[in-house]
Amino acid sequence: MFSIITDHWATLCAGLGYTLMASLIALVGSLVIGTAFALMEISHRKWVRLIGRAYVELIRNIPLLVITMAFFVIVPMFIVKVDGFTAGTIGLTIYTSAFIAETVRAGIESVAVGQMEGARSVGMSYTQAMVHIVFPQAIKIVIPPLGNQFINLVKNSSVLAFVAGFDLMYQAKIIANLTFDTFDTYLAVGVFYLVLTMPLSYLMRYLEKKWVTA
Amino acid sequence: MQNFIDAYSQVNLAFLLRGLWVTVEVSVTSIFFSFLIGTLLGIARYVKVRFFSSLVGFLIDLLRNLPLLLILFFTYFALPKIGIRLGVIPASIVAMTVFESAMLAEIVRSGINAVPIGQMEAARSNGLSYAQAMIQIILPQAFKKMIPPIVSQFISLVKDTSLATIILLPELTYHAQIVYGQNANYAIPMFVALAVLYFIANYTLSIGARLINRRLNHA
Repeated sequence: MFSIITDHWATLCAGLGYTLMASLIALVGSLVIGTAFALMEISHRKWVRLIGRAYVELIRNIPLLVITMAFFVIVPMFIVKVDGFTAGTIGLTIYTSAFIAETVRAGIESVAVGQMEGARSVGMSYTQAMVHIVFPQAIKIVIPPLGNQFINLVKNSSVLAFVAGFDLMYQAKIIANLTFDTFDTYLAVGVFYLVLTMPLSYLMRYLEKKWVTA
Repeated sequence: MQNFIDAYSQVNLAFLLRGLWVTVEVSVTSIFFSFLIGTLLGIARYVKVRFFSSLVGFLIDLLRNLPLLLILFFTYFALPKIGIRLGVIPASIVAMTVFESAMLAEIVRSGINAVPIGQMEAARSNGLSYAQAMIQIILPQAFKKMIPPIVSQFISLVKDTSLATIILLPELTYHAQIVYGQNANYAIPMFVALAVLYFIANYTLSIGARLINRRLNHA
C-alpha cells in the first residue's frame, strides 16, 4: 500500500485537489440555491411554498448519479459542451441544494416564532428581521448539519469518476488499471478520503454536543 | 414529442422495468441485512463494553466516512485479490449492506440514547434483565423515534443502488443508459423515466413510513 502512495503521490494529490475543489464549489453553490429554496418553503404565498416543496421533494428522491449523468449527457446536446468536472460539480450542487434547503428551513423554523414577531413589532421589515434576528440565531443550529453535508459532498463527489472528472475515485481507477494492484490502490485511496472526512466528522460531532446542549 | 413516443416503446419499457426489479431486489435485500446488522452494531456501541464498543465505534466511523462507490469497487475489484470472488449482485448487496449498516448503527445508537435513562432503570428495578429491558422496553421506544431517519436512510440506499452501474449491475440506471446508448434521441425520455421511477419507488417508501408512524402513534 505504501509503494502505491509513494509511486503515485502526484496523481493521488491531484485527485484530492479535484475532489476538494468540486466539493467546495458545490458547497457554496448549494448553500446559495438551498437557502433560496428554504426561504421559498417558508414563504407566505402558497404557490411559492409549493414550488419550493416540489423542488426539494423531487431532487431528494432522485439518485445523484442520474442528475449528474443528465447534465453530462443532455446539456451538450443542446447548449454547450461540458467537461466531466463541470457536469459533476453542477450535479453535486443541484443534488446537495435540496438537502441544504431542508437543513436551513429546519434551522429557521427552530428559531422561535416570537423572535420574528418581536422584530416585526419593533418596526423591522421582514427582510431586516430575517437578516438581523433570525439568521444569526439559526446559523448556530445549522452549522453542524451543514458540516455533515460537506462530508457527504466529499464522499458524493466520487460520482465524478463516472463522468471522467479527475477526482480521487477517477485517479484510483487509473492507478488500479496501471498497476493491477486493486487491493492496495483502493486501500490507499480510502486513506486519502478518510484524511479529509474523519477529522471533519469528529469536529462536527464536537460542535453538535457543545452547541446543542449549550 | 416523437422521441418520447419512440423511446417508450414496449420493448424499452419492459427493459426499464426489468432494471427496476433488480434495483428493488438489491435494495430490499440490503435493507433487510443492514437493518439487522445495523441494530446489532448500534447496540454494541451503546452498551459500552470496554475496548469492544470503542473498536466497533471506530470501525463504524471509518465506514461512514468512505464513499460507497469506493466500498463497491473494493468489494468487486479488490476482494478477488485475497480470494473472495463475488458475482455482481452479491457484491452489490455486500457493499451496500456494509455501508448502510454503519449508517444505521449510528441512527440506532442515537435513538437508544434518546430514550430517557429512567426507562432502563425502572425496567431493571422491576426485575428485568439487561437484555430483557433492552428488547422489551428500550428498543420499541427507540425504534418509534428512529422511523423518520431510518426511512430517509433507506431512501438513500435505493438511490445509491444506481452507483452499482459502475460494476455493471443490471439495475434501472444501467438499463436506461443502454437504451439511450443505442439512440441519443432517447436520452431525455430516459432521464425523465428514471426520475419518475425512482421518485415513485422512494415516495412509496416515505408513504409507507408515514402509515407505520401513524399506526404506532395510535396504538
